[in-house]
Amino acid sequence: MTADATTLLLLYLLALLALAAPLGAYLARVYRGEARVAQRVLGPVERLLYRLSGVRADEEMSWKKYAGCVLLFNLLGALLVYALQRLQAALPLNPAGLASVSPEVSFNTAVSFATNTNWQSYGGETTMSHLTQMLGLTVQNFVSAATGMAVLVAFVRGFTRRTTDGLGSFWVDLTRSTLYVLVPLSLVLALALVSQGVVQTFHGATAAHLVDPVTRAHHTFGEQALALGPVASQIAIKQLGTNGGGFFNVNAAHPFENPTALSNFLELLAILLIPAALCFTFGALVNDRRQGWAVLAAMLVIFIPLAVATTTFEQAGNPLLTGAGVDQVASALSSGGNLEGKEVRFGIAGSALWATATTAASNGSVNAMHDSFTPLGGLAPLALIQVGEVIFGGVGSGLYGMLVYAILAVFLAGLMVGRTPEYLGKKIEAYEMKMASLIILLPAAATLLGAAIACAVPQGVASLGNPGAHGFSEVLYAFSSGANNNGSAFAGLDVSGVFYTTAIGLCMLIGRYWVIVPALAIAGALAKKKLVPVGPGTLPTNTPLFVGLLVATVLVVGALTFIPALALGPIVEHLQLGAR
Amino acid sequence: MSHDPHPPRPLFERAIVRTAIFEALAKLDPRRMIRNPVMFAVEVGSAFTTVLFVHAVLTGHGDAPPAFILAVALWLWFTVLFANFAEAMAEGRGKAQADTLRKARQDVLARRLRRGVEATAHLADPARRSEALDEVVSSSLRVDDVVFVAAGEPIPADGEVIEGVASVDESAITGESAPVIRESGGDRSAVTGGTRVLSDWLIVRVSTNPGETFLDRMIAMVEGAKRKKTPNELALDILLAALTIIFLLATVTLLPFSRYAVTSSGHGAPVPLTILVALLVCLIPTTIGGLLSAIGIAGMDRMIQANVIATSGRAVEAAGDVDVLLLDKTGTITLGNRQATEFLPAPGVDERELADAAQLSSLADETPEGRSIVVLAKERHGLRGRELEPLGATFVPFTAQTRMSGVDVEGRQIRKGATDAIARFVEAHGGVFPAKVRGMVEDVAKLGATPLVVADGAHVLGVVQLKDIVKGGIRERFVELRRIGITTVMITGDNPLTAAAIAAEAGVDSFLAEATPEAKLAMIREYQQGGHLVAMTGDGTNDAPALAQADVAVAMNSGTQAAKEAGNMVDLDSNPTKLLSIVEIGKQMLMTRGALTTFSVANDLAKYFAIIPASFVGVYPALGALNVMGLRSPTTAVLSAVIFNALIIVALIPLALRGIRYRPAPAPALLRRNLLVFGLGGVVLPFPCIKLLDLALTALGVS
Repeated sequence: MTADATTLLLLYLLALLALAAPLGAYLARVYRGEARVAQRVLGPVERLLYRLSGVRADEEMSWKKYAGCVLLFNLLGALLVYALQRLQAALPLNPAGLASVSPEVSFNTAVSFATNTNWQSYGGETTMSHLTQMLGLTVQNFVSAATGMAVLVAFVRGFTRRTTDGLGSFWVDLTRSTLYVLVPLSLVLALALVSQGVVQTFHGATAAHLVDPVTRAHHTFGEQALALGPVASQIAIKQLGTNGGGFFNVNAAHPFENPTALSNFLELLAILLIPAALCFTFGALVNDRRQGWAVLAAMLVIFIPLAVATTTFEQAGNPLLTGAGVDQVASALSSGGNLEGKEVRFGIAGSALWATATTAASNGSVNAMHDSFTPLGGLAPLALIQVGEVIFGGVGSGLYGMLVYAILAVFLAGLMVGRTPEYLGKKIEAYEMKMASLIILLPAAATLLGAAIACAVPQGVASLGNPGAHGFSEVLYAFSSGANNNGSAFAGLDVSGVFYTTAIGLCMLIGRYWVIVPALAIAGALAKKKLVPVGPGTLPTNTPLFVGLLVATVLVVGALTFIPALALGPIVEHLQLGAR
Repeated sequence: MSHDPHPPRPLFERAIVRTAIFEALAKLDPRRMIRNPVMFAVEVGSAFTTVLFVHAVLTGHGDAPPAFILAVALWLWFTVLFANFAEAMAEGRGKAQADTLRKARQDVLARRLRRGVEATAHLADPARRSEALDEVVSSSLRVDDVVFVAAGEPIPADGEVIEGVASVDESAITGESAPVIRESGGDRSAVTGGTRVLSDWLIVRVSTNPGETFLDRMIAMVEGAKRKKTPNELALDILLAALTIIFLLATVTLLPFSRYAVTSSGHGAPVPLTILVALLVCLIPTTIGGLLSAIGIAGMDRMIQANVIATSGRAVEAAGDVDVLLLDKTGTITLGNRQATEFLPAPGVDERELADAAQLSSLADETPEGRSIVVLAKERHGLRGRELEPLGATFVPFTAQTRMSGVDVEGRQIRKGATDAIARFVEAHGGVFPAKVRGMVEDVAKLGATPLVVADGAHVLGVVQLKDIVKGGIRERFVELRRIGITTVMITGDNPLTAAAIAAEAGVDSFLAEATPEAKLAMIREYQQGGHLVAMTGDGTNDAPALAQADVAVAMNSGTQAAKEAGNMVDLDSNPTKLLSIVEIGKQMLMTRGALTTFSVANDLAKYFAIIPASFVGVYPALGALNVMGLRSPTTAVLSAVIFNALIIVALIPLALRGIRYRPAPAPALLRRNLLVFGLGGVVLPFPCIKLLDLALTALGVS
């Protein structure tokens, strides 16, 4: 790690914790309905929304009803996005005159944005009209994030409530997440980004006169069309809501999405801000801040080494290029390292940290091309996705995923201290284990089976941009990203065909809803239980020992599932690189 | 207990091992195997590799060299057999343990009362007995049959004494050689089949049908077919099944992955199916999967060894979760009777004088309190017990009216008794009851002891302090329990003042004074409302509701049938302190499961390092770098991993049967220790073991 990289990482972590702690406390007040100041300002809007939609604010839903509402709401959202894409040629706000989107890409995109994945099998500026981007994608950016937060809050209520069926109202949790959290934060971030030069306009494109005209196929081009649009507003929520779907094809590597080092830092912060804050919210809601700290600590214990590893491997550069006499050493003028596919203005430090953060959180926005990372530099992001997007993870979804791992850890540990396992005073029994197993099993199954089918069918192999182990890494990354709702791509793989759009679309559905429904089922079962009083025989879950156990559980489950596949991808690629 | 009737059984008893080997084979029946998803997967894998072997032999170009497939197939079969053997061993030991108990109840001749005959009229008179009795074998007795048992005869079945008083030798069951009294009515009316009447006779109403006794129920739980999985076992089974599916996916997908690798790299061959099956079996948690049922059965075995018969596995497991123990004061916390502990002389009286008078008044007093006074006087003042007759003394026994006892000797009238009774006695003799003594009496009562005032005619000599004696070592036991998070509650009929003093002395966390069955029940409910799990012991019929409510309810074998039916365990030794051992056995069983699961999963890391390079080194020679153990060849690597995986099950059978060592400690300390031993140990141990097996295989000429 260079001094720059170390400084950036430290600054980043400091800023993250400094902002996440108060935000987390505020979030807890929001969900308890105790955010006085905010409610004075936004309360009337909230109540108006309830009146208009006929929602009873004090409704208590059973887990089944809660899950039903989540599914229904997400289904309607996906249908709207699908319709907007299919009809966009006939709809307004389409200055570039883009055609309607194909059925398979429309399906894939609708699923992708509803599931908070934001996997993009298309290039934004050349496929989606402003209307589709704003009304379809940006709206989903808000509500898919809010869905995750709502489910998390319901999940935590499973621990805090006793002998009841009620997990709260999905509509209230959804509205509060959007109105009190996502909208105000996005507004602030969008303005900050505009100050850095991120564009925000309804104009279609503008022409730039080239200083040095380019000649291609006997044509000389003196002008370049620069795509514009309502970018800043979408970027703000795409970063904050762990969405990641860029306005432009190259996502945050594009200078209109992410022009400066400061915009890069702000967008980086926005990636992990809410997932980190929710850990504090969790601690506040269960009335034991140290529980929140423990979960956050476990996330950091995995995140920091992987961020350091990615930076180190990228900084070390490509041994083949070193062999060819290329200068990859950091200096005052160059960040050095493996700069292929990276923006010079972000350098190794800014790119590697982003790659780690965006895959730790299920954000998936990129400011560098992961496909061009060194094998081990690319392994860390892949691993972060494959542990199930629980190291920060998606807003809400990451934390409830992590809490499911905590349940698993507590189960093993509880047996080892000679008691029926319990977490936060709730006994963990066969039903909870069944649901927790589903949550861990299904995304992993979708990833492995998806990649296996892709390797076996001609359509899967035909789309590969690279042969050998690297091509395999691309396929594995694509399915990992889809099934864990990350949405970033290794690129190098053409995913716009029917096979990949459909297969990854299905993976995204499994990875989202086959986690949400069992998670709510666990919450429902836990809420019904009595609270076991804490005593010396109880295993404390807010100590370093438990943090270590949780980290080990996450890593062991992830490693045992994916080591064989990883051995055939990045690991062998790395070994071959060294052997050559 | 005077001696242990069931000395710890050697771990591998020859007869049990022999039966277990046959049982292991019989258990290969897939219909039985499917109950255990992990081992069922191994069995399917074994069958599959066997088919691969046959295919390789017949066609000549199989999946891999036939000898290699055969070796893998054999070791996979061994893996299944070893697991079955572990289960069969546990079952065998349980049954053998139960058989020792059951020996006592071989068929004997029973004398059954004819229906419609009035028992009392005929049986009390020896001459008329034969008219009313039929001789039948004990196994034909049914509930509500009435039998007559005379001195020297064995009691033919479990039942309740409806008439008679007799001394009964229960040593066959409890190991306690001193005979016990069994009589109709009250809490000493239950008799157990197989025990022997020593004196007098009993009329017993049979309370169980053959095959339904507690022992029979427990034997059924040890035997495979009827065994129900306990809640924790069920949850663990789900986790193990989920892990099995994950590993199935991880290995099955390797086939298309390796095919792609071969196509794209242009050399090598896809991974053989044999290796994939071997990898799968090595990865799935076979260690815990193979030993899981053995651990559960062994838990039951240990209960029997402790002379406790549990009627459900659930109760054994719940014992580990118990965090509130309700303990009867008498017999559990204190020795049965009060004892004199102090002579407190009245002003102006010598302590020795008081001791002498107290001793004199107690010489003929056969109550335990009286005897303890004699002993205390001897210990403190060297006063030896004397014979009353040579002294010409007359003993004045205790009556409900006078509420005092004593002796008239050499013109002295020595009396001891309750304060007000002695006060009346003294005043009747023209004396005055000193205010000082009244103060002393109050002080003694405050300490939770009983004051006994001694007077000689008109003079009050002083006070003898009678105290409940807390059992030795019990205080330390409670400290230990507190450390592991268990609250102890003392149940007593004493008044709150006395109860508080004894509770403080014994170190219990809380007490219930002036306890009634209703108060007990209410207390249990209250604790359960608060999320606690409550264990208690009881023997009387009035304990039955509380026993039924408690999560772990241990009925004393000497208790009534109602109490036994309401509880979920029966303690053959009728020793209330046993509750503490029961909790330990429950905890130990859970810990063994958790530890072996952790160990099993931790083992996988080394197996990956053995098998992954071996599988793919043909396609990607660079993967040879992962062969950190330096195993000789892909063949020896795969075989070493598979053999290790099979042998570790055998190696851990003793641990599964005995349970991991339990030391009472707070949860974090236990977790740290077990994580270190079984987690870290589980990661490290396979590396050297697999390497050694590889060296051994190499030495044997395998390449």
